[in-house]
Amino acid sequence: MTLAQIEVGLTPAWYLVLAAMIFAIGAVGLLIRRNPLVMFMCVELMLNAVTLTFVSFSRALDDVGGQVFVFFVLVVAAAEVVVGLALVVAIMRRRQGADADDLSLMRG
Amino acid sequence: MRVEMFTFLVAAMICLGGALGVVLLRNTVHNALSLVATLFGIAVLFMAQGAYFLAAVQVIVYAGAIVILFLFVIMLLGVDRATKMGVDPIVGQRPAAVIAGLAILGMSLVALLAGPEVVTGASGTTAAVTSEVPDVNQLGRVLFTDYVFAFEITAILLTVAVVGAVVLVRRSAGEPEDSDEFPEGTAADELAAQRALEDEWDDDAAVDGPTGEDDLEPYAEEVEP
Repeated sequence: MTLAQIEVGLTPAWYLVLAAMIFAIGAVGLLIRRNPLVMFMCVELMLNAVTLTFVSFSRALDDVGGQVFVFFVLVVAAAEVVVGLALVVAIMRRRQGADADDLSLMRG
Repeated sequence: MRVEMFTFLVAAMICLGGALGVVLLRNTVHNALSLVATLFGIAVLFMAQGAYFLAAVQVIVYAGAIVILFLFVIMLLGVDRATKMGVDPIVGQRPAAVIAGLAILGMSLVALLAGPEVVTGASGTTAAVTSEVPDVNQLGRVLFTDYVFAFEITAILLTVAVVGAVVLVRRSAGEPEDSDEFPEGTAADELAAQRALEDEWDDDAAVDGPTGEDDLEPYAEEVEP
């Protein structure tokens, strides 16, 4: 068996596995971090993993629709970051150094 | 194929390293910069898959706008606060989170790699990706025909987000100024306090101290009529 035969082709599965790994890292970060800003960054990681999946499927299925969806995900991510960071700034203005655990005002 | 494999491996390393940096580094600025690394890696992967326009948009919007917004907020709130990772407010949450993450990863990998066919489904239902037409043209054609309603709703979403951000950070009329930024009050408050102190001192001097004729002259003019 020569080296050329061992060499595996770059199938869409490679991209999908990478996206799954990035998504899992983002999910774990969202669960273990306390800083709201870092939690937002982890949400961005998860969204980016999903966009990578969309583009991979777009190429694998030969369909532009997947790339259009990446566009929409991008817009939603931008809106989410704007509103989320405004919330963080508004909270931090009223109380210093608020972690996600300190914000328990709405706990029943 | 070899070139694409090489590109993929390098970009994947950058992506995973950046993602781990976002989760594990303690300084918030380092988290944001790691996020930039991941976003660049994903842009490279977009380009490797022929989505050139999306790669450009990824760099411009994410690295150019969203991460800069993050950095602005970090600087606004103070960078000196390093997060303490030691405390665990809910007992056993961190191990549970790691197990949950591994479960997510495991399930996706099983779903991906179990079957012989990874990608199933009808191909090219919207419009086929061809290399003859630039992908910007294809994207634009689909975006303004099949997805035109979603596109319009996107405009509403962005408007709502901007209005919401402005409303959220607006200071209402009776609310005090930032106590974080001005521990002893704002500059205006400080000036007013200083002026009050000076007035008091002047009054005291006028009562206690020996006053000459010259000092009283301006007042005398006012009193006389």
